[in-house]
Amino acid sequence: MGLTGLFLISFLIIHVGVNSCIFLNDGGETFNAVAHFMSHNWILRFLEIGLFAALILHIVQGLVVWKQNSAARPVKYAVNAPGANSKWYSRSMGLLGTLLLFFLIIHVSKFFLDTKIALYADGGAHDASHNLYAEMKAEFQKWWVVVIYIIGVISLFWHLIHGFQSAFQTLGINHKRYTPLIKIIGIGYTVIVCLLFALMPVAFYAGWIN
Amino acid sequence: MEHYNMNLTLKVWKQKNSNSKGSFETYPVKGISSEMSFLEMFDVLNEQLISSGKEHIAFDHDCREGICGACSMYIDGRAHGPWSKNTVCQLHMRAFKDGDTIVVEPWRAAAFPVLKDLVVDRSAFDRIIQAGGFISVNTGNAVDANALPIDKKDADTSFNAASCIGCGACVAACKNSSAMLFVSAKVSQLALLPQGKPERESRVLNMVAQMDKEGFGNCTNTYACEAECPKGISVANIARMNREYLKAGLSTES
Ligand code: HEM
Ligand code: SF4
Ligand code: FES
Repeated sequence: MGLTGLFLISFLIIHVGVNSCIFLNDGGETFNAVAHFMSHNWILRFLEIGLFAALILHIVQGLVVWKQNSAARPVKYAVNAPGANSKWYSRSMGLLGTLLLFFLIIHVSKFFLDTKIALYADGGAHDASHNLYAEMKAEFQKWWVVVIYIIGVISLFWHLIHGFQSAFQTLGINHKRYTPLIKIIGIGYTVIVCLLFALMPVAFYAGWIN
Repeated sequence: MEHYNMNLTLKVWKQKNSNSKGSFETYPVKGISSEMSFLEMFDVLNEQLISSGKEHIAFDHDCREGICGACSMYIDGRAHGPWSKNTVCQLHMRAFKDGDTIVVEPWRAAAFPVLKDLVVDRSAFDRIIQAGGFISVNTGNAVDANALPIDKKDADTSFNAASCIGCGACVAACKNSSAMLFVSAKVSQLALLPQGKPERESRVLNMVAQMDKEGFGNCTNTYACEAECPKGISVANIARMNREYLKAGLSTES
């Protein structure tokens, strides 16, 4: 969980970085150029396979952990006060992950598949004319798409507020001096990444960029 | 704090044996002193039950001074009750007020089956210790205490880990019923000392394997264990055990 989680965390840095090009407000010129580069570079294409493998592995590990952990307490407590000893989001990683999964299915089928269809359908005839920026802009005019994205980002936020530092503990890194630092970096990373992601649909919807 | 008496309502888990289905029973208890311990309150109730010809409530206890780890009760949704870094025998009735209803359940975990009422079988912990929580020593005279130099910090960290009393509150409080805090304390106390080095790799591998075999859950780092541990065992021990496990798994010998 730790390794795959950290891999997904490192992917999100690239993802949020590339997508933030839309905030340049240049009609998507920079963003489309970078997106074109990303989808045509063979090293990145190779990493993309790794990304899907890591995501699937992460989900499978999550399901196994969830199943084993439910079996470890067949009779539940009649009265329980877990809030006295732990944070709700640390106890809700499976739920938050599942929300993320639903979001990712919608997200991938919208943007990822369309890009792939443009790349490969009809021998790549639509590749040059494919405008991911325009597609984003069109999608984010619909209020319900914006709502789905906000829910996705909120799930990601709580998943990572716990997950970032948790991954280090899982890998055996817990240190008097560095663990507080890891926790701060984790919160900083999560706030910045989630804020940027949330701003994308909102900015298009509100017409701050076009 | 001023002394006071209170009347309470207890809802206690009653279960005949590990094969039967249990249920809650309600007991009124009167005239409980704020100076009593939670176990003494149970003593009063049990005396009343016995003298009126009813069956008493079975619970585990031994030292009654917070060092043996026997007294296991989940009180009002918390392992060992409302006070932190505390055992049930050291929980005093001044934590409650007149008229309170208190719900008492046994530890809940597949690896800790209920034997009777509030008593659970914690022999899973014993089997984990047997799997590797020991050191091999040559017989003969005890070696001089100062023959082996040990870093003060390591000695202290090891000593802190060794203060685990095996109560099982970490498992009881964990949403996954994970025993990682207990096992990591037992692994750490030996891994930090030169005497623990010979079996260092096989120890962590065998103890973790036994832990999984007993049916404890997986750690997801909620740190509920550390918050509820009566001895304040740190989750840094869990990270150390993860480290030991990774290293042992990667080494060619084991
Ligand atoms: C962008 C996507 C995601 C990222 C960056 C991410 C990251 C992480 C990280 C860093 C951890 C902590 C690992 C550890 O403590 O060792 C974690 C745990 C977990 N993740 Fe994800 N994750 C993502 C998506 C998902 C999805 C789609 C699921 C779906 C089912 C999921 C389910 C879980 C579960 C069940 C855990 C549990 C472990 C725990 O409770 O600590 N994650 N994730
Ligand atoms: S680690 Fe703490 S809570 Fe767990 S068994 Fe040891 S003393 Fe009890
Ligand atoms: S009876 Fe020994 S710790 Fe409570």
